[in-house]
Amino acid sequence: MSTQPLRELLERAFPDATELDVLDRTGGGDHFQVVVTAPSLGGLSLVEQHRRVYEALATPLADGTIHELRIKTKGSA
Amino acid sequence: MSYSDKIKNVIDGSDVALFMKGTPSFVMCGNSGRALEALRRAGAPVTAVDILPDPEIRQDLSAISGWPTIPQVFVKGELVGGADIVEELEQSGELEAKLREKLGDGYAAARSEETVSLA
Repeated sequence: MSTQPLRELLERAFPDATELDVLDRTGGGDHFQVVVTAPSLGGLSLVEQHRRVYEALATPLADGTIHELRIKTKGSA
Repeated sequence: MSYSDKIKNVIDGSDVALFMKGTPSFVMCGNSGRALEALRRAGAPVTAVDILPDPEIRQDLSAISGWPTIPQVFVKGELVGGADIVEELEQSGELEAKLREKLGDGYAAARSEETVSLA
């Protein structure tokens, strides 16, 4: 899978994101790193912030499209 | 006893529980290794559980924690996160602070590593 469908899922989940990045870490289309910075994540623990990302990507996580996911989130603008 | 009960026993009964792919002496996944190394750097006493022997272990664990990926780290029953969070907290010093808060100042002196088999 290319990074674009994942990016779209994240953009829908975090419309206020000031930073949103999806990297294919290995070029194989299944090991991804996502970076999300959004005010809507502010005040949440890292566990809760990562949960929001998992929820946004629930489908590609469940169907095995994403084999490995690294997440970096920030709650500020 | 079901896997769920055994998993809950480990989560609630361990100072630091690490659910991982493989064991500390034979790590089967890079992310599990990253979490283990971060915990080691922080001097954490680790109780490790290999989730690979039976797919049901992982399913039951994720149902309990609401966390979809492996590894998963718990301190005194509380989900701290996966490899990314544990690494980030270790680098910022927050992991040590949390361990000190939950386990007491001398936690690193009691440093230990054990592996629990659920299967």
